[in-house]
Amino acid sequence: MNRFFAFVKKEFFHILRDRRTLLILFGMPLAMVLLFGFALTNEIKNAKVAVLDFDHGQHSRQLTDRLLSSGYFQLTRNLTAYRDVEATFRQGHVKLVVIFPVGFTHDYAHGGKAQVQLLTDASEQNTAITLTNYATNIIQGYQADQNPSDARPSMQIEVQSQMVFNPELKGAFVFVPGVMSLVLLLVSALMTSITIAREKETGTMEVLMVSPLSQLQILFGKVLPYLLLSFINGCIIIALGVFLLGIPLNGSLLLLLSETLLFIFLSLSLGLLVSTLADTQLVAMFISMLVLLLPTIFLSGFLFPIDSMPRFLQIVSTIIPARYFIDIVKGIMIKGVGLADLWRPTLVLFLMATVLMAASLKNLKPRLN
Amino acid sequence: MTGQAVNNNPMDAIIIDHLSKAFGDTRAVQDVSLTVREGELFGLIGPDGAGKTTLFKMLVTLLLPDAGRATVAGRDVVRDFRALRTMVGYMPGRFSLYPDLSVEENLSFFATVFGTTIEVNYDLIREIYVQLEPFKKRRAGALSGGMKQKLALCCALIHKPAVLFLDEPTTGVDAVSRREFWEMLQTLKKRGLTILVSTPYMDEAGQCDRIALMQNGRILAIDTPEGVEHLFRKPLFAVKASDTYQLIQDLRKAPFTVTCYAFGEFLHLTTKEGVSAASIQQYLIEKQHSNVVIKPIEAGIEDSFMALMEQ
Repeated sequence: MNRFFAFVKKEFFHILRDRRTLLILFGMPLAMVLLFGFALTNEIKNAKVAVLDFDHGQHSRQLTDRLLSSGYFQLTRNLTAYRDVEATFRQGHVKLVVIFPVGFTHDYAHGGKAQVQLLTDASEQNTAITLTNYATNIIQGYQADQNPSDARPSMQIEVQSQMVFNPELKGAFVFVPGVMSLVLLLVSALMTSITIAREKETGTMEVLMVSPLSQLQILFGKVLPYLLLSFINGCIIIALGVFLLGIPLNGSLLLLLSETLLFIFLSLSLGLLVSTLADTQLVAMFISMLVLLLPTIFLSGFLFPIDSMPRFLQIVSTIIPARYFIDIVKGIMIKGVGLADLWRPTLVLFLMATVLMAASLKNLKPRLN
Repeated sequence: MTGQAVNNNPMDAIIIDHLSKAFGDTRAVQDVSLTVREGELFGLIGPDGAGKTTLFKMLVTLLLPDAGRATVAGRDVVRDFRALRTMVGYMPGRFSLYPDLSVEENLSFFATVFGTTIEVNYDLIREIYVQLEPFKKRRAGALSGGMKQKLALCCALIHKPAVLFLDEPTTGVDAVSRREFWEMLQTLKKRGLTILVSTPYMDEAGQCDRIALMQNGRILAIDTPEGVEHLFRKPLFAVKASDTYQLIQDLRKAPFTVTCYAFGEFLHLTTKEGVSAASIQQYLIEKQHSNVVIKPIEAGIEDSFMALMEQ
């Protein structure tokens, strides 16, 4: 046991004395969370809109004010005629035109049934859908405020999609679980496989092998520090998400941390498997990037929704561990559900981890190839 | 295959019995047999690619032999590999310590891994370690080449191994450090340690009790350094002239020449029996060479090696 701890201590020296390793370990999660949380969101702010108001009544004016004060929309111009609409879109700056027909206020106040038309520039379809959703929400909010006691719908608006759990479509909610799985995978799988490959490359592995240390002790000595550091990283990311980006933590923190440990264990098994295949740091990095990171970025639902992928890629995405982890994190943090609803992805992660660990242990050989 | 018969004396520290290893089509070690006696400083001499490192790796349990068997300190290198790993000291050819750990941290790491401490076995490494002690807080990566070798030797010795394996320890080390290193090996030998050392430098062969010449995976000869020199039986001359290039061309065409190689500033010329220095001189003057120096010399190990390679 003494020699095992000497090994772990040595491993900590390696990590703490290498500025690049430290930077990847602690700088990267911070940078990624902040980057994805603030800059690269698919949230829309200050989209340019134009208003065509034929009504000029109380409700049309109040509704326009409400839209513009939401922070999502910025008025570029007031239009006066229908023919201006097409011209405005052609110029390309305006993404949304709101049209109040003649008699909007009158219809709303008396008939209880009024129409408002939302025109969006669908050449950017995602933006168009998002903007329509934003505006629809704001209009419904206005309606609810106007008739606090009245359950009967006074205004008729085509609602295109219903948004549950993330009514404001906050980008951070989607990205933080993705970033978390990416960082944990990077730290656990990439870094462990590189450090093991480094010992093979520099020849120290030979010296270690011709010592009383068993292969298992060597590998677990490599893994233990990274398990610890990955867990700290996971906690940092959760804390950043909750306190800085305002993501709710509706479910159990204990469950979230346990699931995080499970995912770290899985990533470490992947890292061990890579390291049994790679003899140089470059190969280890290459395999990790190609086989682990790229699929995680593109196929886990982190950047692109799985539902909108081609059928083939949807099938491929079922073997990406991060996909299940993202579901779990979203479920716990945002929906606030417990293990009863998450046992399925948890079981998948557990089985994957077991198979990978068994495979990498089977690949261990007490001699050089 | 050449050399002495395998006598399987249990007192022998290393017994190699018809060992072979191939990597694909490359037959790195072919049917090698040799015995290293207890307390012996044994040198494995041969050029790069001779198979020395492969042979070492089989002996320190890192590689499985394709055929044959070997024992180190009475343990089979295949069957008893776990036990062997606690009792051999191995220093691979490349610098293989941790450059980001200090001198002291490297040494204490290897001591702990082998279940001992620096203090317990300090006696064995004292003479070497005193030279390192002023730098003990320095990172190993910042040491000079000679210092790195000394540290690596300390790390390989710290658990008081039964047999010490040093794979090309002096390659890439300056001449002064090389000599110091061999002095350290002599000291260790006097303490009764069995040492197997490999080197491509023929001039280091004389430091060993016995040597094996290795080439293309085969052992060419096993003997004491003097014995190997005496294997060389043909007349040998050192020849020098103003135009070395033309000299080697002309000598190789001469009717009396067997071989002719460049050895530093002189050429070593092997001739048929009964050729005198005067007759060589005569031949060279006819070929218009100036400042010709010719002297009969005793064969060195390198001459023997060249001759054995030719066969």
